[in-house]
Amino acid sequence: MNKIAVNTNGSARGEAKSMTDTIIDMRDVRKSYRTGKVSFEALKGIDCLVKRGEFVGVVGPSGSGKSTLMNLMGCLDIPTTGEYYLEGQLVNKMTPNQLADVRNRTVGFVFQAFNLLPYATAYENVEVPLLFARVSSRKRRERVAELLSRVGLADKMANKPTEMSGGEMQRVAIARALANEPDIILADEPTGNLDSKSGEAIVSLFDELHQAGKTIVMITHDMNIAKHGERIIRIKDGLIQTNGDLS
Amino acid sequence: MNFTMMYNLFVRDFRKQKKRITLTLVALAWGTMSIMLLLAFGEGLHRQMSLNQRGLGSNLAVMWGGQTTKPFKGLGKGRPIRFLKEDPEYIAERIPELKHVAGEYHRWGVTVRYGDEVLSEHVTGIHPSFEEMRYHLPQVGGRMINQIDMEKRRRVAFLGWDLNERLFGDEDPIGKQILVNDMPFTVVGVMAEKMQTNSYSGMDEDNLAIPSTTFKAVFGDPWLDNIVYQPYDKADMPHIERQLFEVLGAKYKFDPTDERALSIWDVVASQQEFTNIMIGIKMFLGIIGSLTLLIAGVGVANIMYVSIKERTREIGIKMAVGARRSLILSQFLVEALMITFTGGALGMAISYALTEGFKRMPVNPGTADVLEFMGRPTVSFEIGMAVIIILGAMGLLSGLFPAMRAASVNPVESLRYE
Ligand SMILES: Nc1ncnc2c1ncn2[C@@H]1O[C@H](COP(=O)(O)OP(=O)(O)OP(=O)(O)O)[C@@H](O)[C@H]1O
Ligand SMILES: [Mg+2]
Repeated sequence: MNKIAVNTNGSARGEAKSMTDTIIDMRDVRKSYRTGKVSFEALKGIDCLVKRGEFVGVVGPSGSGKSTLMNLMGCLDIPTTGEYYLEGQLVNKMTPNQLADVRNRTVGFVFQAFNLLPYATAYENVEVPLLFARVSSRKRRERVAELLSRVGLADKMANKPTEMSGGEMQRVAIARALANEPDIILADEPTGNLDSKSGEAIVSLFDELHQAGKTIVMITHDMNIAKHGERIIRIKDGLIQTNGDLS
Repeated sequence: MNFTMMYNLFVRDFRKQKKRITLTLVALAWGTMSIMLLLAFGEGLHRQMSLNQRGLGSNLAVMWGGQTTKPFKGLGKGRPIRFLKEDPEYIAERIPELKHVAGEYHRWGVTVRYGDEVLSEHVTGIHPSFEEMRYHLPQVGGRMINQIDMEKRRRVAFLGWDLNERLFGDEDPIGKQILVNDMPFTVVGVMAEKMQTNSYSGMDEDNLAIPSTTFKAVFGDPWLDNIVYQPYDKADMPHIERQLFEVLGAKYKFDPTDERALSIWDVVASQQEFTNIMIGIKMFLGIIGSLTLLIAGVGVANIMYVSIKERTREIGIKMAVGARRSLILSQFLVEALMITFTGGALGMAISYALTEGFKRMPVNPGTADVLEFMGRPTVSFEIGMAVIIILGAMGLLSGLFPAMRAASVNPVESLRYE
């Protein structure tokens, strides 16, 4: 396994550290689900490196284990076996509270189904991770306003999810994912529920975030969207098929 | 845990299920109200009944002479024991724990006359200490029999209020002459009305009381009918009782272990019994109330479970953006407690208002008023505290298990499907 991976695309961003830094490092990670007496191995030995500042597209057929992989990356779940280092920390050894803090500060999730709190306004939805991080109310107000205007929703702060379009909801979700300035954005088919036009808007938002230095892992069915990434990981039957450059 | 954060989360989640929470609040208010009112009713009953009981006097005992059942120093059994007029003094000298000891005479069917009114009445020969021991308190304008009356064997009378009414009607009796068995007596006072629910020789309201010295001189009774005594400290009662058997046994030559030689009614003991019965009644009422409240508690647990089921996705979302399990747990716990205490406060406020209203309801003393027996429901500090503690325990219990379930939600599963 080549641990000293060279970032081919890092030169645009000046930060020396980010150029060679590995942010996600999975070694022979397996995940099995147990349904009654039947055990199903959704991931069958994943070795995967993601460098700081990378934009990775993940593709694969339905049921291949993409979401499972992403949940592991985001510490929403832990591997059955194998080792996962996130920013050099062994995730397997983390306590539930540490995992919660990682989800709060280090990673931001964007889901296909948006997963906003249905009765809360856009503003309140974006505020939730800040509440969990114990940010003061004055800072929260500033931060939420800044995030919502960054995703182009400054005028929709008081809208509830039911009063917004899919694209708008997903932009709220992205703002929420960015709330505590995480290093990594994990997106699971973020355009899956959107028409192509709002889908493109979302993807260009990811491009912007990428330009700004965020590490992005994005699952998608759509090859055209996957091509926004610098690299594509193909998964099939719980195994990585290709793990390389677009070419 | 950051309180403002908890509060923010609660207020937000509350909006979502207004209707269900409102219904649960009503159930809680109702449950709290029933426990409060039942306890308040018990408290009122207790207060009123002990007030009524004190009509006879508190912390006193009444002693009658009995009959020996054991032979003693050559004397056979079956001898009657009777008290002489000097016995109270004799006892007082030997038992210093006693605050008051006094003899009492009774005579029924005595002709009492005032003007055209001729009655056949119960006359008692009493002592000034009855004012304190037996609550023979004078109404304004009159007085109780005093020490000088005793010493001079004055022919003065202290009337029960009911007798006074039958004899004098609306007329002022103080200073008036009445004839008792054709002997003139001056009325010096009328007993203040009191609620009396127990007695040993007729009710005080019908008594015509005269100094016991006068009674002895006028009627010539050789023996006291009974002796009434009161200790400084009611805890000494049982010990005083034993001493009385010793002291009087020595005087009248009976075996101090002969229980039938004296017959003693210890009001303190029967008051203790009464207090125990009241505690029993209050506990019973409290349990009924608690059961009603428990149903509301089940309601709280239920809405918590239902809402957690409906909110698993929401819980998953919160976990995905960094909520610790302890936060989810305390959020649901705080929610259950807030609901419980809001409903409880509502019920307590209503109960308090109701009992205050009861207090303002008029009572006609003397008439056989229900309130005079039952008392008025009273919310005491203790009741308030007890209800708050019960509510707190219930809120915690009904919130804890649903909250634990909420905290154990698997975020991956809760987020998987739409
Ligand atoms: N909790 C679970 N219990 C049992 N099996 C599970 C569980 N979660 C996922 N699986 C199974 O694991 C496999 C991988 O699931 P996963 O959701 O990762 O697929 P995916 O690649 O994201 O598919 P899609 O493109 O349809 O979203 C599937 O076969 C799925 O049925
Ligand atoms: Mg998936």
